[in-house]
Amino acid sequence: MQNTNKEAQETPLDAVIDGRKKKGLHMKNMKRIMALLLCGILLLAGVTVLASCGKESNKLVMATNASFPPYEYKEGDNFEGIDIEIAKKIAEKLGMELEIQDVEFGSIIGGVSSGKYDMGMAGMTVTEDRLKNVNFSTSYAKGIQACIVKADSEYASVDDFFNLDADGNWVSVKDGVKVGVQQDTTGDIYCSDTVENFGFGEENVTRYKTGNDAVAALVAGKVTVVIIDDQPAKSYVAANEGLKILETEYTNEDYAICVAKNNDELLGKINKALADLTADGTIAGIIAKYIKE
Amino acid sequence: MLYDSLIDKFKDDFIEKDRWKWVLEGLRNTLLISMAAVLIGIVIGILIATVRTTYDKNGPSIRMKSPVAFFFLRVGNFLAHLYLTVIRGTPVVVQLLIMYFLVFASASDGVMVAIFAFGINSGAYVAEIFRSGIMSVDEGQFEAGRAMGLSYLQTMIYIIIPQCFKTVLPTLCNEFIVLLKETSIAGYVGIMDLTKAGDLIRGRTFDAFLPLIVVALLYLIMVVVLTKLVGRLERRLRKNERGA
Repeated sequence: MQNTNKEAQETPLDAVIDGRKKKGLHMKNMKRIMALLLCGILLLAGVTVLASCGKESNKLVMATNASFPPYEYKEGDNFEGIDIEIAKKIAEKLGMELEIQDVEFGSIIGGVSSGKYDMGMAGMTVTEDRLKNVNFSTSYAKGIQACIVKADSEYASVDDFFNLDADGNWVSVKDGVKVGVQQDTTGDIYCSDTVENFGFGEENVTRYKTGNDAVAALVAGKVTVVIIDDQPAKSYVAANEGLKILETEYTNEDYAICVAKNNDELLGKINKALADLTADGTIAGIIAKYIKE
Repeated sequence: MLYDSLIDKFKDDFIEKDRWKWVLEGLRNTLLISMAAVLIGIVIGILIATVRTTYDKNGPSIRMKSPVAFFFLRVGNFLAHLYLTVIRGTPVVVQLLIMYFLVFASASDGVMVAIFAFGINSGAYVAEIFRSGIMSVDEGQFEAGRAMGLSYLQTMIYIIIPQCFKTVLPTLCNEFIVLLKETSIAGYVGIMDLTKAGDLIRGRTFDAFLPLIVVALLYLIMVVVLTKLVGRLERRLRKNERGA
């Protein structure tokens, strides 16, 4: 009893030294914890890198935005549409397994160029800006930008949206013309350009996340016209009462598949497959299945 | 090398085709929507909180004095409950879409619709914040006010609300921060807010890094400034306290 008490007795100096020791120990612990944390983070990063390396398997990863009927849309849990079926045929020809990733339209090209996806297929037209970041295959379908208006609309052709000069050139957008588009699509890019560049001007364009939302805004009377690819346009008009498509088209262009800049090997294979599928009428058959003229 | 490519990306993302204007417009809309929504939220919040605390605290005495007034109070309390349940029980994105496509279907100004949607949403949370503030003020304060001959409303305005405001300020600030960041979903209804501006640049230049980082930094700056301002206000309000 006495003994232990004696041992426990400490001079003030001892206490200070002891305190320092403890502090040192504490610091050491902190350092250890930090090191452990760092190791953990590095390990996690390593695993992620390894996981993305493991993608080198026999998979063909396709990025699309599945809200663009009849090119791509969801039917229950499955993806359906022209692009999806053509992609399946291409994967078949390449002897690869197709994996479909449904992402936002605007994220497709970024993902393809960074190698996250092997190819992008989403009713995509070739534009200058897009060519800066990815390469495009040969075209497999025609894309037409159509104008959807209300059935009782006062606008009968694309020219009606503009004030014209004597030669019939577009000078300015008429008052009250509001255009709805799907964000980042060709329609968006063209429409939000200035009138000199055959657009409607940034201030007259409202961008919606999906084509559906743009059409809903048209039905509600928030926009006067929705400009979108003509195949989805037909689906939207069929699904909503009181809408029609103007007979004149806004633009007329080609759809293609995008592949990363450095992936010429895959691009060659895809082009070869597309040529074969066009030659044997597979593509025409798929398009005819979805689009009944 | 990396530095050069970053400069190139920056030029492509913000300088070319005046894309910085999108960011500016987005910033303006984000600020406008959050500020206006905060004001609407506070007005709604105080109203709802007053109705609910009056019912909870003074219901029985009002019932004895005037059954008619009590009836209205009861209806008010029921409506307040309904409002809180619906608003807090549904996601704000859904509320925004309902406001845009159904309630204000004929309004073409998306920003106004968003202001109302976010204001009404925020009101529900602010109401509960204020209610907790009012309930936290000691009963004696209220009794003292009435004993001094102030009316119920005067007691509320001059004695209870000022004290409760001080208590709820930190939580209120929290709600503003949440609201400011919540406006990032305004893009769903075609409004160009800050997030949408970044999104658009991303969709045009296909560079994810810079637009996202810039947008994130701008939100961060706004929140930091807001926090500082509220902190200053808090210190000023504490001046009358003993030992402060």
